[in-house]
Amino acid sequence: MPTLSRMTKKRPAKSARGASAAKPRKKSAAPSPTAETLAEKQREISVSEFFAKNRHLLGFDNPRKAVLTTVKEAVDNALDACEEAGILPEIHVEIEQLSEVNETRYRVTIQDNGPGIVRKQIDNIFGKLLYGSKFHQMKMSRGQQGIGISAAGMYGLMTTGKPMVITSRSRKNKPAHHVELAMDTRKNKPEVTVDVETDDFPEHTGTRVSIEMEGRYTRGRTSVDEYLEQTAIANPHARITFRAPAKRNDEDENGEVTLLPAEDRQAAVARAQQESRTTKVGEVLVFPRTVDELPPEPVEIKPHPKGVELGSLMQMMKRSEHAKLGGFLRNEFCRVGPGVAKAIVEGAGLTTQTWLKTVGHDEAERLYQSIQRAKIMAPPLDCLAPIGPKQILAGLLKGVRAEFFTASMRPPAVYRGNPFQIEVGLAFGGELPNDSAARVIRFANRVPLLYQQSACALYKAVVETKWRNYGVSQGKSAGPEAPMVIMIHMASVWAPFTSESKEAIADYDEIGKEIRLALKECGRKLASYVRKRARIKRESQKRDIFTRYIGEVARALHVIDPTLDAARVRDDLKVVARHRTELADEMAAENGDMDALGALARDEHTVILDSDCEGGEFQLEPRDDELNTDQKMRKKKSKRSKQSSASDDGSLFE
Amino acid sequence: MAKKKVVRKVVKKVVRKKAITAQTKKTGTKKKTSSQKNAGGKRRPAMKLAARERIVTLAHEVAEMAAQVDDPFVDIPTRALSNVAFNEKSRIIEMGDNTQRRSFFNLSQAKKFMQTMLIASGCSELLDQEKTTSIRDLFYHCKHTIEGTKENTFDEQDESDTIIEDLEVALASLREELGLFAEPKGAMVGPMTIVDKGDVIDLSRMGSGGYAIPSIVEGEVIKFQKHKAKFVLLIEKGAVWRRFNEDRFWEKHKCVIVHGGGQPPRGVRRLLHRLNQELKLPVYVLVDNDPWGYYIYSVVKQGSISLAFESQRMAVPDARFVGMSSFDAEKFGLSKDVTIAVTVQDIRRANEIKNYPWFAKKRAWQREIDHMLKLGVKLELEALSSKDFSFITEIYLPRKLKAGEFLD
Repeated sequence: MPTLSRMTKKRPAKSARGASAAKPRKKSAAPSPTAETLAEKQREISVSEFFAKNRHLLGFDNPRKAVLTTVKEAVDNALDACEEAGILPEIHVEIEQLSEVNETRYRVTIQDNGPGIVRKQIDNIFGKLLYGSKFHQMKMSRGQQGIGISAAGMYGLMTTGKPMVITSRSRKNKPAHHVELAMDTRKNKPEVTVDVETDDFPEHTGTRVSIEMEGRYTRGRTSVDEYLEQTAIANPHARITFRAPAKRNDEDENGEVTLLPAEDRQAAVARAQQESRTTKVGEVLVFPRTVDELPPEPVEIKPHPKGVELGSLMQMMKRSEHAKLGGFLRNEFCRVGPGVAKAIVEGAGLTTQTWLKTVGHDEAERLYQSIQRAKIMAPPLDCLAPIGPKQILAGLLKGVRAEFFTASMRPPAVYRGNPFQIEVGLAFGGELPNDSAARVIRFANRVPLLYQQSACALYKAVVETKWRNYGVSQGKSAGPEAPMVIMIHMASVWAPFTSESKEAIADYDEIGKEIRLALKECGRKLASYVRKRARIKRESQKRDIFTRYIGEVARALHVIDPTLDAARVRDDLKVVARHRTELADEMAAENGDMDALGALARDEHTVILDSDCEGGEFQLEPRDDELNTDQKMRKKKSKRSKQSSASDDGSLFE
Repeated sequence: MAKKKVVRKVVKKVVRKKAITAQTKKTGTKKKTSSQKNAGGKRRPAMKLAARERIVTLAHEVAEMAAQVDDPFVDIPTRALSNVAFNEKSRIIEMGDNTQRRSFFNLSQAKKFMQTMLIASGCSELLDQEKTTSIRDLFYHCKHTIEGTKENTFDEQDESDTIIEDLEVALASLREELGLFAEPKGAMVGPMTIVDKGDVIDLSRMGSGGYAIPSIVEGEVIKFQKHKAKFVLLIEKGAVWRRFNEDRFWEKHKCVIVHGGGQPPRGVRRLLHRLNQELKLPVYVLVDNDPWGYYIYSVVKQGSISLAFESQRMAVPDARFVGMSSFDAEKFGLSKDVTIAVTVQDIRRANEIKNYPWFAKKRAWQREIDHMLKLGVKLELEALSSKDFSFITEIYLPRKLKAGEFLD
C-alpha cells in the first residue's frame, strides 16, 4: 500500500499542467502528454520575464507607485554614483504630464552631475535586469540588486512602447551620448534604437534618464514629494530640485513639453540656497544643500563567517582560489586569523591542511556548526557610513519646521554577521501638527522607506519605546502622540528588507534593540526640554497672573487712601513682579532644575530654536508623582548606564 | 533669610507709625471715632485704632513694601486650636502669635491677596459713607471682571466670606466694625428698657417674637436704660425660648431671656458680654445635652477659637451652665424613649471638648462629659416636654436655679 500511494501521488505531480490529469484517461481525446512532449514546453525563465509578470515585487503595482519607484531608483543610483566619484550631488527631478487626452501618460526625468557612464556600459546598466556593481560587494550602498532602474525602463516600455532615453557625459569637454534603449524581456537583453552624440547636456559630467510611462502624480503621503523631502533630510550634502507636472490648459496644447531650462533651475537654486531651507521658487521646489562635505566613502569588507549560511559557504569553497581549508578561511572571510581558523577546523574534526576538494556536504555542515560555536570578533565597522548626528540635524533643520531638534548615533553593531549602525533624529514642537501621532520617517542606507510602515522594524521600535517616560503621550500599541518627527536611519552593508521593493526592514532583535536605545537617548533630551518649556510657560503664566492682579490691588489701595497714587503703586508692583520672577528663575537654576537645559544647550547634537512658549499648546503628560521625579530619574539613570554599557562593548560574538 | 525678616519688621513698624500719625490727624475730629474708642476701651493698645485706620495702615504697608521692591504681604493670624491659649487669669481664650503670611508674589496666594485688598477697600468705602451692609452685598460690590481678562475677582460668595474672616483677624476688627453685619439671629425679652439708634424699646412688651438682636450692639447703637432683671438666661434654641416667653418666665423670675438660634452670633455674644460687664448681671446658659451644646456654652464663656482676638470683648467668663446635664435624665425621671444615641462624631467631638484646656482641669465637667459618654445618649431640651409642655419653665429650671446646680 505505501508504495502504491507514492506512485499515484508522483504521477499527477509531474503532469500537473495537463488539464485532464485528474480525469480518467480513457475518455480524453488528446494524446496523453509524455515526458518528451512536456520537455518541449520546459525552458528557462529569464529574470526580466519573471519581473515583467511580477512587477509588483519591484514596486510597480500601480501607476502612482510606478512614478515614485522610478524616481526613487534613479535618484538612489544618482546619489550612489556621485558619492562614489566624490562629487557633491546636484540632482534634478522632473515629472511631466505628456498628454491632455491620455491623463496617465507621464515622462519622468532624472538628471545628476555624477561621473557619467561610459558608452559601452550604458546598454547593460539600463537595459538588463540584475546587472550592477553593488550586488557582489559587502559594502554600504543605496542600491543592492541592480534591478531598479532597468525595471523602470522595462515598465515604461511595456506600458507605452517607448524606449527609455539616456544621456550621459563621462568626460568633461567631450560630447555626451544620447542613447534610446528598449529591452528584450525574453532574453533580458538591451536593444539600442538610437545612438548619437550630443552637446545637449548642462553638466560637466553626469547622466540623465527619461522614461515615458503610464503613471499618475499626486501629492501627499507616499508621494514623490515626500520621498524627495525625506531624501533631502537624510542627504543634507545633496541639492535636489524638483519640478512637478504643471496644470496644463488648452492654450498650451501645441506647446511642446520641455525640460526646465538649466538657467531657470540655477536661479531657483541660488534663491533657495540663501534661505537654507526647503523653498519653492516659481515652479521649482528646491531642497538646498546644507552640508558641504561628502559622507565618507564606505569600505568594502569580506563576509563575516557567522553571516554566511551553509549553502553559500559551500559555494564559496567551490569558487575559492585557495586549495586548503586554512587558507580559505583566513582569506575569504574577515576576522579569521590563524588561531580562529584552527579553532574552527578542529571543531569540525578537520585540519587547516585539509584539501578543499575533499570537503563534502557532511564536512561542510560540521564546519558550519563549528563556526557558530567559535569565538570570532565582530566584523570591522569602517564599512559603514552613517549620516552623522550633525548632518541629521542639518537635514531636519532644513526640512522640518520645529523648535527642538536632537540626534543620537549608536555605535555600530552586528546582526547575522552584517555590521549595521542606527541613528535617530528627533524634531519637536514649532509648526508641527499638534493633534496627530508623531510622524516617523525611516531610512535604510539613506534611502527613505515610504511604504509598509507598520511592518517595519524601525517603526516597531518606535511603538515599543515607552514615550510616556519622556512626557509624551502614547496610545496602546501605537506611536507617540505629539508634535514630533522621528527620523530613524539604519546604515548597513546589507539592509534586511522584507521584500525586493525595499519598503520595510525585517525585524531582527539586534536591530530593534539598537533603535530603542537611540530613541531613548533622544527621548531623554526631549523630556528635559519639554519640562523646561513647561516651566517657562508656568513662569510666564505667573508673571501674567501678577500683572493681571496688580491693577486691581493698586486701585484698591487708592480707594482705601486717595493719597496713595494708583499709577505709582502699579509701577512699583510691576518692578517687584519682574524682580520676583527673576529671583524664582535663579533659584530654580540653583536647585538644579535647569541643569538639564544647560546640558542641552551645551550638547552639540541638540538645537533649540527660539520659540514663543505661548504658542505651544502641548501639555506635558502628567507624572504619577511629581515630588519623587528626581529620585526616579536617578534610579532610571543608574539602570540606564548599566544597560548601555552592556550593549556598547560589542560582546555579541562571544 | 532671618536678616531679611528682621529688616522687614522694622520697616513695617516705621510705616505703621507714620500711617497712624497721618490718620489720626485726618480723622481725629470725627465724633464716631472717639466714641468707638470708648467702647473698646479694654483692648490692647494696638487694637485701639479704629477699623478704618487699621485698613489705611494696611494699605500703606502694602504700598511701602512695593516701593521697597519687596513682596507685599499681609500676616493673617491662624484661626486654629493650635494658635489659641487659655488665659487662666482672665479665663478667656487668647489668640497666639502664629500667623500665615499671605504674599502677593506667590502663585497660590496672589489671587487671595488681591481679593483681600478688594474687600479691605470695600470696607473702607462703607466706613467712609458710614453705612453698613450684608456680606453678600459686599460680595457683589467687589465682584467684577478683571480688566483685559475673562476672570472674575470673585466667583462665589464663599470666597469673599473667608476673606472677610481673614481680614477680621488680620485687622483685629470685628466685621461689624468693618461695616458688615450677618443675618440677625437671636431675640430677647425681659423687664428692661433699651435705646436702639435713638428708639426707646421696652423689652417687656415685645409680643411673642421678642426683640431681634441686631448685629451691631456697640454702645453707640444700643444703650441700656432702667431694668429690673436679676440675671440673663441664654437659651440655645428659638423654639424653647418661645416656650419661656409664652409662659412669661422672665416676668416671674425677673430675668432677661435671650436665644441665639443655635451658636449665638457675634451680636448676641457681644450683648451678653455688655449685660454682664455693664449691668453686672449673671449669665446662665441652657443648652441641649450634647457636644454641640457644650461648645455653645464654651464659646459664650471663654470665646471662640476662630475669633479668639475678640474674646475680651465677647466672652462672659462668669457665665454658668444650668443644663441640660447628662445626669438630668435620671434626676428628673425621663424615659429612655426621649434620648438619642450618640454618633461617632459626637464621641469624637465630646473627647475634643473634654480635652480643651479650659475644661481639662474642671472635675465637674470631666464627670459631666464622661457620664454622657458612658450613657451613650444625648438629650434635647424638648425631651423635658415628655413630662409636660411647661415642665421646663415650671419645674426643671426653677428647681435647678433654686438648688444652684450650675457647672462653672
